[in-house]
Amino acid sequence: MQDSGIQVLFDGINFFRLLEGLWASIRIAFTSMLFSVVLGLFLGMVMTGKNKAIRFVCRVYLEVVRIMPQLVLLFLVYFGAAKHFGIDISGEMAAVLVFTFWGTAEMGDLVRSALISIPKHQYESGYSLGFSKIQLYLHIILPQTFRRLLPSAVSLLTRMVKTTSLVVLIGVVEVVKVGKQIIDASRFENPKAAIWVYGAIFLLYFAVCYPISKLSTVLEKRLKD
Amino acid sequence: MDFEFIFTYIPTYIEAAKLTIKIGACGIAGAFVVGIICSLIIELKIPVLRQLVQIYIELSRNTPLLIQLFFLYFGLPKVGIVLSSKACGVIGLIFLGGSYMAEGFRTGIENVPKIQRESAYSLGMTKKQTFWKIVMPQAVATSVPVFCANVIFLLKETSVFSAVALADLMYVTKDLIGLYYKTDEALMMLVVSYLVILLPISLVSSWIERRVRYAGFGNTGSV
Repeated sequence: MQDSGIQVLFDGINFFRLLEGLWASIRIAFTSMLFSVVLGLFLGMVMTGKNKAIRFVCRVYLEVVRIMPQLVLLFLVYFGAAKHFGIDISGEMAAVLVFTFWGTAEMGDLVRSALISIPKHQYESGYSLGFSKIQLYLHIILPQTFRRLLPSAVSLLTRMVKTTSLVVLIGVVEVVKVGKQIIDASRFENPKAAIWVYGAIFLLYFAVCYPISKLSTVLEKRLKD
Repeated sequence: MDFEFIFTYIPTYIEAAKLTIKIGACGIAGAFVVGIICSLIIELKIPVLRQLVQIYIELSRNTPLLIQLFFLYFGLPKVGIVLSSKACGVIGLIFLGGSYMAEGFRTGIENVPKIQRESAYSLGMTKKQTFWKIVMPQAVATSVPVFCANVIFLLKETSVFSAVALADLMYVTKDLIGLYYKTDEALMMLVVSYLVILLPISLVSSWIERRVRYAGFGNTGSV
């Protein structure tokens, strides 16, 4: 049988190394997601507020994030910060910063639309029962918002994971970088390595993202009110 | 800020932007066609093809464009399929965008209230007439905002093309930073170029969105 080259995946610890690389991407995605959720909740609440100036600033922030490709933002932080603040931030750090900046905007917008979808009488009933503002949000508004928010937040997580693939372009060692190393290392004994390695990375990403997006669909059906 | 440098390299950026737009436009047009075909296959419940389309949609929605491009550009030549970087860009964009367009369109069809079909049937229209004359026009109108969002999303995604050696905006920027260490100037031109491309599209899409709102006509109260 002709040599297909698939054994490159199972040579030594190659597959384990790929998984390790994938873990680096996922770590970035989950860290950024964590920050984004916390900051996004605040942003969403601020955006539903009455202050026009603050709302305008938020609007501009959202538009910037909506228009600029994430890769451009990554370049700005990674190359720009090094020059201006003299700090040499690692690629991973830059990635977390940028994805948090991006994720906060997306999350904030989701929170905002979830908040305004809560009928006004919920607020009014709460107040008329003597709830303070904090109690009102904590016990009445946020639990309802949460139900509407959860599916879209989970699907934001898959986008976050997919976007982390970009970090290889600013020199973070993650799954693609490891894949390239494996391909280069086996260039002579296994010239067909590239298709298997990239194929494997493709399927690895799928294996991570598919369950999350399925979860989002299930939640959406389950939590529909 | 070195303005002389900026003026010298404006033509380079214009060239790069043209390439981005050209590939983006081809990819988006292709994605549109693929999306419509896929959503029709699902909607008309064509056996076998429907399962294939569903697999395609899941694969394409759950993997990053960058990895798809790497597979096309570095992987496929090993089995004898050699694609130019431009071809890779367009194919990658179609592969990614097709599923997003299909999903958007399918949701549009699903969102047409049942009462619209029922009324059409009770007026004696055939299944075919109902689909093309009642459901489709409304589905198209309600999915326009999704299409606009997808166009912006896909144009943004083109920024990864530099990874397969396409001389786009990112590529030029990285080049200039590497060659002359003019980080600020290069980054500024990069941001401005993307603003010039995407801001008008974003504005036009929100204008279109407002124009087609009336399509929610059958959905009581959600207009």
